[in-house]
Amino acid sequence: MKLLSTKATCNSHGQDSSYFLGWQEYEKNPYDEKKNPKGIIQMGLAENQLCFDLLESWLNKNPDAAGFKRDGQSIFRELALFQDYHGLPAFKKALVEFMSEIRGNKVTFDPNKIVLTAGATSANETLMFCLAEPGDAFLLPTPYYPGFDRDLKWRTGVEIVPIHCTSSNDFQITETALEKAYKQAQKQNLRVKGVLVTNPSNPLGTTMSRNELNLLVDFITAKNIHLISDEIYSGTVFNSPGFISIMEILKERNCSEDTEVWNRVHIVYSLSKDLGLPGFRVGALYSNDDMVVAAATKMSSFGLVSSQTQYLLSAMLSDKKFTKNYISENQKRLKQRQKKLVSGLEKAGISCLKSNAGLFCWVDMRHLLSSNTFEAEIELWKKIVYDVKLNISPGSSCHCTEPGWFRVCFANMSEETLKLSMQRLKAFVDTTINVHNQSNHQSVKNSRRKSLSKWVFRLSFDDREPCGER
Amino acid sequence: MTRNHPSTRPEHRKPAGATAMRLVVPLQGVVQGRGGLILGSLIPCALFYFLQFYLKRHRSPGPSSSDPPSPSTSSSNLAELPRTLSRSSLSSTRGSFGPARVSSRANSVAKPTDSLYYIGLDKVKQDPYHRTDNPEGIIQLGLAENNLCLDLFEKWVSENLTDSIMGTNGGDLSISSIAMYQPFDGMLELKVAMAGFMSQVMGQRASFDPSQIILTAGATPAIEILSFCVADHGNAFLVPTPYYPGFDRDVPLRTGVELIPVHCRSSDNFIFSISALDQAFNQARKRGVKVRGILISNPANPVGNILPRETIYDLLDFAREKNIHIISDEIYAGSTYGSEEFISMAEILDSEDFDKSRVHIVYGLSKDLCLPGFRVGVIYSYNESVLAAAKKLTRFASISALTQRLLIPMLSDTKFTQEYIETNRKRIKKMYDSFVAGLKQLGIKCANSSSGLYCWADMSDLIPSYSEKGELELWDQLLNIAKINVTPGSACHCIEPGWFRCCFTTLAQEDIPVVIERIRRVAETSTASG
Repeated sequence: MKLLSTKATCNSHGQDSSYFLGWQEYEKNPYDEKKNPKGIIQMGLAENQLCFDLLESWLNKNPDAAGFKRDGQSIFRELALFQDYHGLPAFKKALVEFMSEIRGNKVTFDPNKIVLTAGATSANETLMFCLAEPGDAFLLPTPYYPGFDRDLKWRTGVEIVPIHCTSSNDFQITETALEKAYKQAQKQNLRVKGVLVTNPSNPLGTTMSRNELNLLVDFITAKNIHLISDEIYSGTVFNSPGFISIMEILKERNCSEDTEVWNRVHIVYSLSKDLGLPGFRVGALYSNDDMVVAAATKMSSFGLVSSQTQYLLSAMLSDKKFTKNYISENQKRLKQRQKKLVSGLEKAGISCLKSNAGLFCWVDMRHLLSSNTFEAEIELWKKIVYDVKLNISPGSSCHCTEPGWFRVCFANMSEETLKLSMQRLKAFVDTTINVHNQSNHQSVKNSRRKSLSKWVFRLSFDDREPCGER
Repeated sequence: MTRNHPSTRPEHRKPAGATAMRLVVPLQGVVQGRGGLILGSLIPCALFYFLQFYLKRHRSPGPSSSDPPSPSTSSSNLAELPRTLSRSSLSSTRGSFGPARVSSRANSVAKPTDSLYYIGLDKVKQDPYHRTDNPEGIIQLGLAENNLCLDLFEKWVSENLTDSIMGTNGGDLSISSIAMYQPFDGMLELKVAMAGFMSQVMGQRASFDPSQIILTAGATPAIEILSFCVADHGNAFLVPTPYYPGFDRDVPLRTGVELIPVHCRSSDNFIFSISALDQAFNQARKRGVKVRGILISNPANPVGNILPRETIYDLLDFAREKNIHIISDEIYAGSTYGSEEFISMAEILDSEDFDKSRVHIVYGLSKDLCLPGFRVGVIYSYNESVLAAAKKLTRFASISALTQRLLIPMLSDTKFTQEYIETNRKRIKKMYDSFVAGLKQLGIKCANSSSGLYCWADMSDLIPSYSEKGELELWDQLLNIAKINVTPGSACHCIEPGWFRCCFTTLAQEDIPVVIERIRRVAETSTASG
């Protein structure tokens, strides 16, 4: 028998967590307005489909960009041969300017400090390889994007230790929580190399407050560790209080080039969410540490961005008229759509965390749980997927400490579909309240679901799975 | 520049033993004459100790194994560096929370390279040859890139790149269909088109099943992903030499898999022998290293030869006997120009009854189709478990959907691809013939090859001393006096000094006499003084 590696066979990539199971169920029975109106509506995919028309109209007006032409002349040859891992200079320049524009031009970025990667997934993994040894740990506030369990840990051997956040203060990071997580890592004999936060947050949909950001800078300064700020949703902030980038905070605190902490803050970005182009595989990491940039640049060979894509996007992002309009229009449409989801949920008697960013809402369904447990959460989730036919993401898959929270996406479907999903949900909630007393029927279902849910529950919690790696 | 960098070996490493011996022996004689045997032994020993200490402090940390520092068994510093460093940092710093720093992997890859390949490339960048604008500049012969057939693409693009393909007309193939998340291992239509193309490239002598294809952003991640799937940190692959210098960085850097060179000789036209593989396998086992696979390039880089059928049979038997994998990098399969036909692993496995589940093929469009910028690589495997694992790993290295959208109609246009493959072969052959004939005029012979974008030239007659040092001196002369950049055999772990890889597909026909003339400058000086 040809043995595979332990990495290929172990399960620590969390591929079997409920987050992915929901997707699988959706794939089997996807909703289609005409062909499959009773199918499962996908509300577990954080994709931005609201502004394709803007992209298409730009492409129509600028055929050279997609046609391998510059000023009417073919540059196919040049692009076909361009595989420099330093990236297309025009694209890097346009990208950092775009990033700056999103931040209201309060900060500027140096194109020499940005490294292009095939998606933010690759950028996050590359940063782990550059900053940590196998067996080191990064602290992440919960709830967090389920994909991190795979992206940050799988091939790198790095561990994640959660910073527990609770609904008592709207899931904000506190000093106590940070210290507790740090001590927990020490107890597990893990060396903490840094903190990774997503700002705006996935799955919360909120921007980090100035207070939290300052807390983080204090913490990493005191512990002498890194901070990675995954700002992949920075362009989706549609409401006040507005987005504050970590770079802004450093600037405010005069933590510039001659301070140590300057070199330990790194940003991850991508065009998958803000520009709605996940298929193009365009990600980036930005660092003030020359060595990180040098190492990451070379490692980017394992996931470069196609030169064709770099060229098209450099043309698009250099069009400042387009970017200005796009950014504001995108935010407007996201705001409208989020309002529709929130009001739809309200009608069903469901509230959610007040959010001002992202492509999803963090929905509070604690009152619908049969008990305040994760088993009950999974039970509810299965009902919603199989009976209500909505694929949403349970909080446990995001490592939330409180059962009953769900992430529901709103930007990856038409308005009609969103409306339908809210109708289905309302119908479900109304029925649930009415059949609440039919305990016999419920308990039979529960016992079947319990055996399945225990397995799902354990996997979705994904503590350090022993894989013989270390 | 992702497929052409040689290993980062310290070029100026002194053979410590030799220097020391030159000091010790005469010293022993002097002291013995005066102070007797004891002093005669003690003092040289002390001096020797201090010399070792001095050298150790000034040498970058290398492997702790007892491999003698001979020129070609010097496996890359890079291959062993991350392992020893990370192990030592794990043990010494676990529990201690010193100042934050980058990882050992970052440290090793970030430092300025002393690789001859990059030094050469940089020099060319600073002073690139141009027929009219800079006729005295450095001519690039170190980059295995094929510039010969881009005009065919330009024609295809101008005729076929419609709005519908690029998604600008809002129809079925609108931007939304390529903007959204795609399967990470590639669109099904592209897998189908790629399977057909690969079969075409190999003269329809092999067939490929689209369901066994995993698409990656280039062959570089394809090899890394396969390495992660079939080997663990600390395991090893056997690699016949001379080999593509990029393997030294691409394989061990993040996987921690060691590359063990298996030396081949010109007398065998640099084709590996099973006995050499066996010996290397056993030596590895003796030092507690588990070999998990054999990594080959076929057609070979840098030699350019094709594995004979019998050798492939022997290799498959060997792999089965030792229960290891075979990774066959067939990226130059379509760049054949000789009379020999290329035999893919797939061809053998289609027709013969061998255990398929240990064979994995790597392919890509960077060489045969001159599209390195678009990042298109292929993993082709017969092993379901490897396919399943590799598929999940492609999330870190997917092909841009925009590029996939372009390639589907291009690779499906079989009339175009057939014309391309034939024209490409003809043009490579023409360049090869002219180039090799030119070298012949200078008395420089090339290895017997029938594929690739380069020739493997034997310049051992021109090197000042038959050693790695002599080879590097000639390389330096070629770069700085003849002003051409070629890749020295030592960068490819070749055990015989004096061999150089010369890529000719970045040249125009008119440039060849210029190159030959320049080599003549150095050749005449060398033979005159040597």
